[in-house]
Amino acid sequence: MTMTVDELVESFEFFDDWEDRYAYVIDLGKKLPPMPESEMVEENKVRGCMSQVWLVCEKDVAAAPPVLRFRANSDAFIVKGLIAILLELYDGQTPAFILETDALDVMGRIGLDQHLSPNRRNGLVAMVERIKKIAAEAN
Amino acid sequence: MSAAAGAVNPVYDVEAVRADFPILSTEVHGKPLCFLDSGASAQKPKQVIDLMRWHYENEYANVHRGAYAYSENITGAYEAAREKVRAFLNAPSERNIVFCSNTTAAINLVAYSFGRGCMKEGDEVIISDMEHHSNIVPWQLLRDMMGIVLKVAPITDDGELRMDAFRDLLTDRTKLVAITHVSNVLGSVTPAKQIVDAAHQAGAKVLFDGSQAVMHMPIDVQDLDCDFYAFTGHKLYGPSGIGVLYGKEDVLDAMPPFFGGGDMISTVAYEGSTWAELPAKFEAGTPPIVQAIGLGAAIDYVTGVGLDGIAMHEADLLQYATQRLSAIDGLRIYGTAGHKAAVISFTMGDAHPHDIATIVDREGVCVRAGHHCAEPLMHRFGVTGTTRASFGMYNTRAEVDTLANALEKVKRIFG
Repeated sequence: MTMTVDELVESFEFFDDWEDRYAYVIDLGKKLPPMPESEMVEENKVRGCMSQVWLVCEKDVAAAPPVLRFRANSDAFIVKGLIAILLELYDGQTPAFILETDALDVMGRIGLDQHLSPNRRNGLVAMVERIKKIAAEAN
Repeated sequence: MSAAAGAVNPVYDVEAVRADFPILSTEVHGKPLCFLDSGASAQKPKQVIDLMRWHYENEYANVHRGAYAYSENITGAYEAAREKVRAFLNAPSERNIVFCSNTTAAINLVAYSFGRGCMKEGDEVIISDMEHHSNIVPWQLLRDMMGIVLKVAPITDDGELRMDAFRDLLTDRTKLVAITHVSNVLGSVTPAKQIVDAAHQAGAKVLFDGSQAVMHMPIDVQDLDCDFYAFTGHKLYGPSGIGVLYGKEDVLDAMPPFFGGGDMISTVAYEGSTWAELPAKFEAGTPPIVQAIGLGAAIDYVTGVGLDGIAMHEADLLQYATQRLSAIDGLRIYGTAGHKAAVISFTMGDAHPHDIATIVDREGVCVRAGHHCAEPLMHRFGVTGTTRASFGMYNTRAEVDTLANALEKVKRIFG
Protein backbone atom coordinates (compact mmCIF):
# COMPACT_ATOMS: atom_id res chain seq x y z
CA MET A 1 0.00 0.00 0.00
CA THR A 2 2.63 2.51 -0.88
CA MET A 3 1.64 4.19 -4.11
CA THR A 4 2.64 7.81 -4.29
CA VAL A 5 0.09 10.38 -5.29
CA ASP A 6 1.69 10.66 -8.71
CA GLU A 7 1.67 6.90 -9.24
CA LEU A 8 -1.97 6.78 -8.26
CA VAL A 9 -2.86 9.57 -10.67
CA GLU A 10 -0.82 7.85 -13.37
CA SER A 11 -2.63 4.55 -12.88
CA PHE A 12 -5.89 6.29 -13.71
CA GLU A 13 -4.59 7.93 -16.85
CA PHE A 14 -4.97 4.71 -18.83
CA PHE A 15 -8.73 4.94 -18.73
CA ASP A 16 -10.55 7.21 -21.06
CA ASP A 17 -14.08 6.18 -20.28
CA TRP A 18 -15.88 6.31 -16.99
CA GLU A 19 -16.92 2.68 -17.10
CA ASP A 20 -13.32 1.45 -17.05
CA ARG A 21 -12.45 3.99 -14.37
CA TYR A 22 -15.24 2.71 -12.14
CA ALA A 23 -14.33 -0.90 -12.87
CA TYR A 24 -10.80 -0.09 -11.68
CA VAL A 25 -12.14 1.64 -8.55
CA ILE A 26 -14.28 -1.41 -7.79
CA ASP A 27 -11.22 -3.64 -8.31
CA LEU A 28 -9.21 -1.55 -5.86
CA GLY A 29 -12.07 -1.97 -3.38
CA LYS A 30 -12.00 -5.74 -3.77
CA LYS A 31 -8.28 -5.73 -2.93
CA LEU A 32 -8.79 -3.66 0.20
CA PRO A 33 -7.56 -5.75 3.19
CA PRO A 34 -10.61 -7.23 4.91
CA MET A 35 -11.84 -5.50 8.04
CA PRO A 36 -12.62 -7.83 10.93
CA GLU A 37 -16.36 -8.16 11.62
CA SER A 38 -15.64 -7.13 15.20
CA GLU A 39 -14.53 -3.71 13.98
CA MET A 40 -17.58 -3.14 11.77
CA VAL A 41 -19.58 -1.80 14.69
CA GLU A 42 -21.54 1.30 15.47
CA GLU A 43 -18.70 3.12 17.24
CA ASN A 44 -16.44 2.82 14.20
CA LYS A 45 -19.12 3.98 11.80
CA VAL A 46 -18.60 7.17 9.91
CA ARG A 47 -21.78 9.13 9.44
CA GLY A 48 -23.09 8.51 5.95
CA CYS A 49 -26.46 8.65 4.29
CA MET A 50 -26.54 6.28 1.34
CA SER A 51 -23.99 3.66 2.36
CA GLN A 52 -22.19 2.54 5.50
CA VAL A 53 -18.52 3.30 6.16
CA TRP A 54 -16.39 2.02 9.04
CA LEU A 55 -12.95 3.36 9.97
CA VAL A 56 -10.37 2.29 12.54
CA CYS A 57 -7.02 3.98 13.18
CA GLU A 58 -3.92 2.90 15.09
CA LYS A 59 -0.80 4.89 15.75
CA ASP A 60 2.33 2.93 14.86
CA VAL A 61 4.92 4.27 17.31
CA ALA A 62 7.47 1.59 16.34
CA ALA A 63 7.96 3.38 13.05
CA ALA A 64 10.29 6.33 12.91
CA PRO A 65 8.79 8.81 12.62
CA PRO A 66 5.49 7.43 14.00
CA VAL A 67 2.80 6.87 11.38
CA LEU A 68 -0.94 6.24 11.36
CA ARG A 69 -2.39 2.96 10.14
CA PHE A 70 -5.97 2.77 8.96
CA ARG A 71 -8.44 0.01 8.29
CA ALA A 72 -11.75 0.82 6.64
CA ASN A 73 -14.65 -0.76 4.83
CA SER A 74 -17.99 -0.01 3.23
CA ASP A 75 -20.98 -2.06 2.14
CA ALA A 76 -20.98 -0.32 -1.26
CA PHE A 77 -18.41 -1.43 -3.83
CA ILE A 78 -17.66 1.96 -5.32
CA VAL A 79 -17.32 3.57 -1.90
CA LYS A 80 -15.02 0.71 -0.90
CA GLY A 81 -12.87 1.44 -3.95
CA LEU A 82 -12.75 5.12 -3.10
CA ILE A 83 -11.74 4.14 0.44
CA ALA A 84 -8.92 2.06 -1.04
CA ILE A 85 -7.71 5.16 -2.88
CA LEU A 86 -7.89 7.25 0.29
CA LEU A 87 -5.94 4.60 2.16
CA GLU A 88 -3.33 4.55 -0.64
CA LEU A 89 -2.93 8.21 0.18
CA TYR A 90 -3.05 8.17 3.94
CA ASP A 91 -2.31 4.70 5.34
CA GLY A 92 1.13 4.41 6.92
CA GLN A 93 1.79 8.13 6.59
CA THR A 94 2.84 10.62 9.23
CA PRO A 95 0.22 12.91 10.72
CA ALA A 96 2.03 15.88 9.16
CA PHE A 97 1.84 14.33 5.67
CA ILE A 98 -1.85 13.51 6.14
CA LEU A 99 -2.63 17.05 7.20
CA GLU A 100 -0.93 18.58 4.18
CA THR A 101 -2.33 16.14 1.59
CA ASP A 102 -5.61 17.32 0.10
CA ALA A 103 -7.77 14.33 -0.86
CA LEU A 104 -10.14 16.45 -2.92
CA ASP A 105 -7.24 17.68 -5.04
CA VAL A 106 -6.04 14.12 -5.68
CA MET A 107 -9.57 12.90 -6.44
CA GLY A 108 -9.87 15.80 -8.87
CA ARG A 109 -6.71 14.72 -10.64
CA ILE A 110 -8.12 11.24 -11.18
CA GLY A 111 -11.55 12.51 -12.15
CA LEU A 112 -13.42 11.25 -9.10
CA ASP A 113 -13.79 14.49 -7.18
CA GLN A 114 -17.58 14.46 -7.50
CA HIS A 115 -17.55 11.81 -4.78
CA LEU A 116 -15.84 14.12 -2.34
CA SER A 117 -17.86 17.24 -2.91
CA PRO A 118 -19.19 18.47 0.43
CA ASN A 119 -22.83 17.98 -0.58
CA ARG A 120 -22.38 14.23 -1.11
CA ARG A 121 -23.58 12.59 2.04
CA ASN A 122 -21.95 9.27 1.34
CA GLY A 123 -19.67 9.03 4.30
CA LEU A 124 -16.48 9.63 2.33
CA VAL A 125 -16.30 13.31 3.10
CA ALA A 126 -16.90 12.48 6.75
CA MET A 127 -14.21 9.80 6.53
CA VAL A 128 -11.62 12.28 5.24
CA GLU A 129 -12.65 14.69 7.99
CA ARG A 130 -12.18 11.99 10.60
CA ILE A 131 -8.78 10.99 9.21
CA LYS A 132 -7.69 14.65 9.33
CA LYS A 133 -8.98 15.01 12.88
CA ILE A 134 -7.08 11.91 14.03
CA ALA A 135 -3.96 13.23 12.29
CA ALA A 136 -4.34 16.64 13.93
CA GLU A 137 -4.67 15.02 17.36
CA ALA A 138 -1.63 12.80 16.74
CA ASN A 139 0.50 15.58 15.31
CA MET B 1 -52.26 26.53 -21.22
CA SER B 2 -50.27 24.03 -23.18
CA ALA B 3 -51.55 21.62 -25.75
CA ALA B 4 -51.32 18.88 -23.13
CA ALA B 5 -53.32 20.77 -20.59
CA GLY B 6 -56.06 21.51 -23.09
CA ALA B 7 -56.03 18.10 -24.72
CA VAL B 8 -59.39 16.67 -25.72
CA ASN B 9 -57.83 13.55 -27.16
CA PRO B 10 -58.42 10.70 -24.74
CA VAL B 11 -54.95 9.37 -25.56
CA TYR B 12 -52.44 10.79 -23.12
CA ASP B 13 -49.99 13.05 -24.94
CA VAL B 14 -46.82 12.58 -22.91
CA GLU B 15 -44.67 14.46 -25.43
CA ALA B 16 -46.84 17.56 -25.02
CA VAL B 17 -46.49 17.23 -21.24
CA ARG B 18 -42.71 16.87 -21.54
CA ALA B 19 -42.52 19.99 -23.67
CA ASP B 20 -43.90 21.94 -20.69
CA PHE B 21 -40.98 20.91 -18.42
CA PRO B 22 -37.86 22.84 -19.52
CA ILE B 23 -35.46 20.70 -17.48
CA LEU B 24 -36.42 17.54 -19.36
CA SER B 25 -34.54 18.72 -22.44
CA THR B 26 -31.26 19.10 -20.53
CA GLU B 27 -28.39 16.61 -20.49
CA VAL B 28 -26.35 15.10 -17.67
CA HIS B 29 -22.93 13.52 -18.31
CA GLY B 30 -23.68 14.08 -22.00
CA LYS B 31 -26.82 11.93 -21.84
CA PRO B 32 -30.45 13.08 -21.98
CA LEU B 33 -31.83 13.54 -18.47
CA CYS B 34 -33.83 10.46 -17.46
CA PHE B 35 -35.47 11.66 -14.27
CA LEU B 36 -36.89 8.78 -12.25
CA ASP B 37 -36.82 10.41 -8.81
CA SER B 38 -40.06 12.36 -8.83
CA GLY B 39 -41.03 10.63 -5.61
CA ALA B 40 -38.28 12.63 -3.91
CA SER B 41 -39.16 15.86 -5.68
CA ALA B 42 -40.83 16.39 -9.03
CA GLN B 43 -39.73 18.71 -11.82
CA LYS B 44 -41.71 21.86 -12.52
CA PRO B 45 -43.64 22.86 -15.65
CA LYS B 46 -43.00 26.29 -17.14
CA GLN B 47 -46.51 27.34 -16.11
CA VAL B 48 -45.41 27.14 -12.46
CA ILE B 49 -41.97 28.68 -13.04
CA ASP B 50 -43.34 31.51 -15.19
CA LEU B 51 -46.11 32.48 -12.80
CA MET B 52 -43.79 32.56 -9.79
CA ARG B 53 -41.27 34.62 -11.74
CA TRP B 54 -44.04 36.93 -12.95
CA HIS B 55 -45.08 37.66 -9.39
CA TYR B 56 -41.57 38.42 -8.23
CA GLU B 57 -41.02 40.68 -11.24
CA ASN B 58 -44.38 42.37 -11.45
CA GLU B 59 -46.53 42.03 -8.38
CA TYR B 60 -45.11 41.17 -5.01
CA ALA B 61 -45.80 42.33 -1.45
CA ASN B 62 -46.75 40.74 1.84
CA VAL B 63 -50.23 39.28 2.17
CA HIS B 64 -53.09 40.19 4.52
CA ARG B 65 -51.40 43.44 5.56
CA GLY B 66 -51.21 46.28 3.09
CA ALA B 67 -53.97 48.60 1.94
CA TYR B 68 -52.16 49.21 -1.34
CA ALA B 69 -52.85 47.57 -4.66
CA TYR B 70 -49.93 45.14 -4.84
CA SER B 71 -50.63 43.75 -1.38
CA GLU B 72 -54.31 43.42 -2.10
CA ASN B 73 -53.65 41.77 -5.45
CA ILE B 74 -51.19 39.25 -4.15
CA THR B 75 -53.43 38.50 -1.20
CA GLY B 76 -56.08 37.72 -3.79
CA ALA B 77 -53.70 35.45 -5.68
CA TYR B 78 -52.61 33.74 -2.45
CA GLU B 79 -56.19 33.10 -1.36
CA ALA B 80 -57.10 31.99 -4.89
CA ALA B 81 -54.40 29.33 -4.51
CA ARG B 82 -56.12 28.16 -1.33
CA GLU B 83 -59.38 27.85 -3.27
CA LYS B 84 -57.55 25.77 -5.88
CA VAL B 85 -56.30 23.44 -3.14
CA ARG B 86 -59.81 23.23 -1.71
CA ALA B 87 -61.25 22.24 -5.08
CA PHE B 88 -58.34 19.85 -5.70
CA LEU B 89 -59.16 17.92 -2.51
CA ASN B 90 -62.90 18.57 -2.76
CA ALA B 91 -62.80 20.04 0.75
CA PRO B 92 -66.01 21.72 1.93
CA SER B 93 -64.46 25.10 2.62
CA GLU B 94 -61.27 27.12 2.42
CA ARG B 95 -61.37 27.12 6.22
CA ASN B 96 -60.26 23.48 5.99
CA ILE B 97 -57.07 24.33 4.10
CA VAL B 98 -54.04 25.25 6.21
CA PHE B 99 -50.88 26.21 4.34
CA CYS B 100 -47.64 25.04 5.89
CA SER B 101 -44.15 24.40 4.56
CA ASN B 102 -44.40 20.72 3.65
CA THR B 103 -45.95 17.40 4.73
CA THR B 104 -43.51 17.08 7.62
CA ALA B 105 -44.68 20.44 8.96
CA ALA B 106 -48.32 19.42 8.49
CA ILE B 107 -47.86 16.19 10.46
CA ASN B 108 -45.91 17.97 13.19
CA LEU B 109 -48.71 20.53 13.40
CA VAL B 110 -51.18 17.73 14.08
CA ALA B 111 -48.81 16.06 16.55
CA TYR B 112 -48.20 19.22 18.55
CA SER B 113 -51.61 20.81 18.29
CA PHE B 114 -54.06 17.89 18.17
CA GLY B 115 -51.69 15.73 20.21
CA ARG B 116 -51.13 18.17 23.04
CA GLY B 117 -54.57 19.76 22.89
CA CYS B 118 -56.82 16.76 22.38
CA MET B 119 -54.90 13.75 23.74
CA LYS B 120 -53.95 12.56 27.22
CA GLU B 121 -51.33 10.25 28.67
CA GLY B 122 -52.15 6.66 27.72
CA ASP B 123 -54.04 7.64 24.56
CA GLU B 124 -52.91 5.82 21.46
CA VAL B 125 -51.69 6.72 17.98
CA ILE B 126 -51.54 3.98 15.35
CA ILE B 127 -49.14 4.21 12.42
CA SER B 128 -48.16 1.49 9.94
CA ASP B 129 -44.94 -0.39 9.30
CA MET B 130 -44.38 1.50 6.03
CA GLU B 131 -44.24 5.08 7.21
CA HIS B 132 -41.78 7.77 6.24
CA HIS B 133 -39.75 9.04 9.19
CA SER B 134 -41.86 12.20 9.10
CA ASN B 135 -44.86 10.12 10.15
CA ILE B 136 -42.94 8.22 12.85
CA VAL B 137 -40.71 10.68 14.67
CA PRO B 138 -43.36 13.35 15.49
CA TRP B 139 -45.34 10.64 17.31
CA GLN B 140 -42.25 9.41 19.14
CA LEU B 141 -41.61 12.96 20.29
CA LEU B 142 -45.22 13.20 21.44
CA ARG B 143 -44.88 9.86 23.23
CA ASP B 144 -41.76 11.07 25.04
CA MET B 145 -43.37 14.40 25.82
CA MET B 146 -46.71 13.24 27.19
CA GLY B 147 -46.77 9.49 27.48
CA ILE B 148 -49.02 8.55 24.61
CA VAL B 149 -48.78 5.00 23.26
CA LEU B 150 -47.46 4.49 19.71
CA LYS B 151 -48.67 1.35 17.95
CA VAL B 152 -47.50 0.02 14.60
CA ALA B 153 -49.84 -1.85 12.25
CA PRO B 154 -47.98 -4.62 10.37
CA ILE B 155 -47.86 -5.14 6.61
CA THR B 156 -47.69 -8.25 4.44
CA ASP B 157 -44.62 -9.32 2.46
CA ASP B 158 -46.30 -7.76 -0.58
CA GLY B 159 -46.42 -4.45 1.24
CA GLU B 160 -50.12 -4.31 1.98
CA LEU B 161 -51.52 -3.10 5.27
CA ARG B 162 -52.82 -6.05 7.30
CA MET B 163 -56.36 -4.82 7.92
CA ASP B 164 -57.16 -7.61 10.39
CA ALA B 165 -54.14 -6.76 12.55
CA PHE B 166 -54.87 -3.07 12.17
CA ARG B 167 -58.43 -3.54 13.44
CA ASP B 168 -57.08 -5.52 16.40
CA LEU B 169 -54.91 -2.57 17.42
CA LEU B 170 -57.85 -0.17 17.66
CA THR B 171 -59.14 0.40 21.21
CA ASP B 172 -61.22 3.01 22.95
CA ARG B 173 -57.95 4.76 23.82
CA THR B 174 -57.01 5.15 20.14
CA LYS B 175 -57.31 8.84 19.35
CA LEU B 176 -55.53 8.99 16.02
CA VAL B 177 -54.62 6.74 13.11
CA ALA B 178 -51.79 8.34 11.10
CA ILE B 179 -51.06 6.32 7.99
CA THR B 180 -49.55 6.84 4.59
CA HIS B 181 -51.93 6.92 1.63
CA VAL B 182 -49.18 5.70 -0.71
CA SER B 183 -45.92 4.18 0.56
CA ASN B 184 -42.89 6.17 -0.64
CA VAL B 185 -40.82 2.98 -0.83
CA LEU B 186 -43.25 0.24 -1.86
CA GLY B 187 -45.80 2.27 -3.79
CA SER B 188 -48.61 0.46 -1.98
CA VAL B 189 -51.91 2.35 -1.94
CA THR B 190 -53.50 1.82 1.46
CA PRO B 191 -57.26 1.05 1.69
CA ALA B 192 -58.10 4.55 2.88
CA LYS B 193 -61.86 4.22 3.17
CA GLN B 194 -61.64 0.95 5.10
CA ILE B 195 -59.09 2.51 7.43
CA VAL B 196 -61.36 5.49 8.06
CA ASP B 197 -64.41 3.29 8.64
CA ALA B 198 -62.61 1.09 11.16
CA ALA B 199 -60.98 4.03 12.93
CA HIS B 200 -64.17 6.05 13.16
CA GLN B 201 -66.03 3.07 14.59
CA ALA B 202 -63.42 3.02 17.34
CA GLY B 203 -63.81 6.77 17.84
CA ALA B 204 -60.38 7.63 16.43
CA LYS B 205 -59.52 10.40 13.98
CA VAL B 206 -57.57 9.64 10.81
CA LEU B 207 -54.62 11.47 9.25
CA PHE B 208 -53.39 10.46 5.82
CA ASP B 209 -49.87 11.28 4.68
CA GLY B 210 -50.70 12.04 1.06
CA SER B 211 -47.18 13.09 0.00
CA GLN B 212 -46.89 10.24 -2.46
CA ALA B 213 -50.57 10.09 -3.43
CA VAL B 214 -51.79 13.48 -4.67
CA MET B 215 -49.75 13.44 -7.87
CA HIS B 216 -50.90 9.97 -8.85
CA MET B 217 -54.68 9.94 -8.30
CA PRO B 218 -57.66 12.22 -7.66
CA ILE B 219 -58.28 12.79 -3.94
CA ASP B 220 -61.69 13.53 -2.43
CA VAL B 221 -61.39 14.16 1.30
CA GLN B 222 -65.16 14.20 1.77
CA ASP B 223 -65.53 10.86 0.08
CA LEU B 224 -62.64 9.45 2.14
CA ASP B 225 -64.17 11.08 5.25
CA CYS B 226 -60.67 11.44 6.76
CA ASP B 227 -60.11 14.02 9.48
CA PHE B 228 -56.72 15.21 8.21
CA TYR B 229 -54.95 14.95 4.88
CA ALA B 230 -51.39 16.22 4.44
CA PHE B 231 -49.37 16.74 1.28
CA THR B 232 -46.51 18.80 -0.10
CA GLY B 233 -46.25 21.02 -3.16
CA HIS B 234 -42.87 20.02 -4.50
CA LYS B 235 -43.87 16.44 -5.28
CA LEU B 236 -46.95 17.73 -7.10
CA TYR B 237 -44.87 19.60 -9.72
CA GLY B 238 -45.05 22.75 -7.60
CA PRO B 239 -42.36 24.57 -5.63
CA SER B 240 -40.75 23.44 -2.40
CA GLY B 241 -41.56 25.32 0.80
CA ILE B 242 -45.33 24.95 0.53
CA GLY B 243 -47.45 22.15 1.94
CA VAL B 244 -51.05 21.64 2.91
CA LEU B 245 -52.89 20.32 5.90
CA TYR B 246 -56.56 19.63 5.28
CA GLY B 247 -58.56 19.25 8.48
CA LYS B 248 -62.24 18.88 9.23
CA GLU B 249 -63.53 22.15 10.60
CA ASP B 250 -64.76 20.90 13.98
CA VAL B 251 -61.46 19.08 14.52
CA LEU B 252 -59.36 22.12 13.61
CA ASP B 253 -61.60 24.32 15.77
CA ALA B 254 -60.97 22.14 18.80
CA MET B 255 -57.19 22.32 18.36
CA PRO B 256 -55.03 24.98 20.04
CA PRO B 257 -52.59 26.95 17.88
CA PHE B 258 -49.15 25.44 17.34
CA PHE B 259 -47.01 28.38 16.20
CA GLY B 260 -47.71 31.77 17.70
CA GLY B 261 -47.03 35.02 15.91
CA GLY B 262 -48.42 37.51 13.46
CA ASP B 263 -51.49 36.77 11.34
CA MET B 264 -52.78 34.00 13.64
CA ILE B 265 -54.24 36.27 16.29
CA SER B 266 -57.45 38.19 16.67
CA THR B 267 -56.31 40.38 19.55
CA VAL B 268 -53.06 40.48 21.50
CA ALA B 269 -52.65 41.84 25.03
CA TYR B 270 -50.03 40.92 27.63
CA GLU B 271 -52.75 39.32 29.78
CA GLY B 272 -53.75 37.03 26.94
CA SER B 273 -54.51 36.86 23.25
CA THR B 274 -57.36 35.51 21.16
CA TRP B 275 -56.97 33.52 18.01
CA ALA B 276 -57.87 34.28 14.46
CA GLU B 277 -60.48 32.25 12.61
CA LEU B 278 -59.54 29.18 10.57
CA PRO B 279 -57.29 28.70 8.75
CA ALA B 280 -55.31 31.79 9.88
CA LYS B 281 -55.13 30.38 13.43
CA PHE B 282 -52.52 27.91 12.17
CA GLU B 283 -50.64 30.24 9.83
CA ALA B 284 -48.40 32.37 12.01
CA GLY B 285 -45.93 34.71 10.35
CA THR B 286 -45.41 35.59 6.72
CA PRO B 287 -46.38 32.50 4.74
CA PRO B 288 -44.61 31.12 1.65
CA ILE B 289 -46.57 33.51 -0.56
CA VAL B 290 -45.29 32.93 -4.06
CA GLN B 291 -44.82 29.24 -3.30
CA ALA B 292 -48.54 28.95 -2.50
CA ILE B 293 -49.34 30.71 -5.77
CA GLY B 294 -46.95 28.31 -7.52
CA LEU B 295 -48.74 25.38 -5.94
CA GLY B 296 -52.00 26.79 -7.33
CA ALA B 297 -50.42 26.85 -10.79
CA ALA B 298 -49.22 23.25 -10.36
CA ILE B 299 -52.74 22.18 -9.40
CA ASP B 300 -54.11 23.98 -12.46
CA TYR B 301 -51.54 22.14 -14.54
CA VAL B 302 -52.21 18.59 -13.31
CA THR B 303 -55.97 19.06 -13.28
CA GLY B 304 -55.72 20.57 -16.78
CA VAL B 305 -53.94 17.47 -18.02
CA GLY B 306 -56.29 15.36 -15.91
CA LEU B 307 -55.40 13.15 -12.96
CA ASP B 308 -57.34 10.23 -14.41
CA GLY B 309 -55.23 10.39 -17.56
CA ILE B 310 -52.05 10.76 -15.50
CA ALA B 311 -53.04 7.72 -13.40
CA MET B 312 -53.64 5.62 -16.52
CA HIS B 313 -50.35 6.73 -18.07
CA GLU B 314 -48.43 5.93 -14.90
CA ALA B 315 -50.17 2.57 -14.50
CA ASP B 316 -48.88 1.67 -17.96
CA LEU B 317 -45.35 2.80 -17.01
CA LEU B 318 -45.49 0.80 -13.78
CA GLN B 319 -46.65 -2.31 -15.55
CA TYR B 320 -43.99 -1.94 -18.26
CA ALA B 321 -41.21 -1.13 -15.79
CA THR B 322 -42.16 -4.05 -13.55
CA GLN B 323 -41.98 -6.35 -16.56
CA ARG B 324 -38.63 -4.95 -17.82
CA LEU B 325 -36.97 -4.93 -14.40
CA SER B 326 -38.27 -8.35 -13.37
CA ALA B 327 -36.51 -9.78 -16.42
CA ILE B 328 -33.12 -8.67 -15.07
CA ASP B 329 -31.36 -11.58 -13.45
CA GLY B 330 -30.86 -11.10 -9.71
CA LEU B 331 -33.14 -8.08 -9.46
CA ARG B 332 -35.69 -8.24 -6.65
CA ILE B 333 -38.62 -5.85 -6.40
CA TYR B 334 -39.88 -4.78 -2.96
CA GLY B 335 -43.54 -3.90 -2.92
CA THR B 336 -45.89 -6.05 -4.96
CA ALA B 337 -49.22 -4.85 -3.62
CA GLY B 338 -52.25 -5.28 -5.84
CA HIS B 339 -52.92 -1.55 -5.82
CA LYS B 340 -49.68 0.36 -6.40
CA ALA B 341 -48.58 3.79 -7.50
CA ALA B 342 -45.74 4.09 -10.02
CA VAL B 343 -42.86 3.43 -7.63
CA ILE B 344 -40.42 0.52 -7.89
CA SER B 345 -37.92 -0.29 -5.15
CA PHE B 346 -35.41 -3.01 -5.86
CA THR B 347 -32.13 -4.62 -4.97
CA MET B 348 -29.75 -6.27 -7.43
CA GLY B 349 -27.44 -9.05 -6.35
CA ASP B 350 -24.39 -7.80 -4.44
CA ALA B 351 -24.47 -4.32 -5.90
CA HIS B 352 -25.23 -1.78 -3.19
CA PRO B 353 -28.02 0.72 -3.98
CA HIS B 354 -25.41 3.44 -3.77
CA ASP B 355 -23.31 1.62 -6.41
CA ILE B 356 -26.34 1.21 -8.64
CA ALA B 357 -27.34 4.87 -8.38
CA THR B 358 -23.74 5.96 -9.09
CA ILE B 359 -23.47 3.84 -12.24
CA VAL B 360 -26.87 4.66 -13.71
CA ASP B 361 -26.19 8.35 -13.04
CA ARG B 362 -23.50 8.14 -15.71
CA GLU B 363 -26.25 7.12 -18.15
CA GLY B 364 -28.29 10.18 -17.20
CA VAL B 365 -30.64 8.17 -14.98
CA CYS B 366 -31.64 9.74 -11.65
CA VAL B 367 -32.82 7.24 -9.03
CA ARG B 368 -32.88 7.32 -5.26
CA ALA B 369 -30.67 5.02 -3.21
CA GLY B 370 -30.73 4.34 0.50
CA HIS B 371 -33.26 3.84 3.24
CA HIS B 372 -35.68 6.42 1.78
CA CYS B 373 -36.28 7.89 5.24
CA ALA B 374 -38.05 4.66 6.16
CA GLU B 375 -35.52 2.72 8.24
CA PRO B 376 -38.08 0.59 10.11
CA LEU B 377 -39.46 -0.57 6.76
CA MET B 378 -35.94 -1.48 5.61
CA HIS B 379 -35.58 -3.58 8.78
CA ARG B 380 -38.95 -5.19 8.03
CA PHE B 381 -37.54 -6.45 4.73
CA GLY B 382 -34.07 -7.19 6.10
CA VAL B 383 -32.19 -4.76 3.87
CA THR B 384 -30.13 -1.66 4.65
CA GLY B 385 -31.44 0.10 1.60
CA THR B 386 -32.94 -0.22 -1.85
CA THR B 387 -32.75 1.60 -5.15
CA ARG B 388 -35.98 3.34 -6.07
CA ALA B 389 -37.30 4.46 -9.43
CA SER B 390 -40.37 6.65 -9.11
CA PHE B 391 -42.32 7.77 -12.14
CA GLY B 392 -44.21 10.94 -12.87
CA MET B 393 -46.60 12.34 -15.45
CA TYR B 394 -43.73 13.14 -17.85
CA ASN B 395 -41.92 9.80 -17.90
CA THR B 396 -41.99 7.48 -20.90
CA ARG B 397 -41.59 3.82 -21.77
CA ALA B 398 -38.36 4.82 -23.53
CA GLU B 399 -37.04 6.03 -20.16
CA VAL B 400 -37.94 2.68 -18.63
CA ASP B 401 -35.78 1.13 -21.37
CA THR B 402 -32.95 3.55 -20.53
CA LEU B 403 -33.16 2.45 -16.89
CA ALA B 404 -33.25 -1.25 -17.78
CA ASN B 405 -30.24 -0.85 -20.10
CA ALA B 406 -28.33 1.09 -17.44
CA LEU B 407 -29.07 -1.71 -14.96
CA GLU B 408 -27.68 -4.23 -17.43
CA LYS B 409 -24.51 -2.14 -17.41
CA VAL B 410 -24.48 -2.29 -13.60
CA LYS B 411 -24.65 -6.06 -13.91
CA ARG B 412 -21.71 -6.12 -16.30
CA ILE B 413 -19.61 -3.90 -14.02
CA PHE B 414 -20.37 -5.81 -10.85
CA GLY B 415 -20.27 -9.17 -12.58
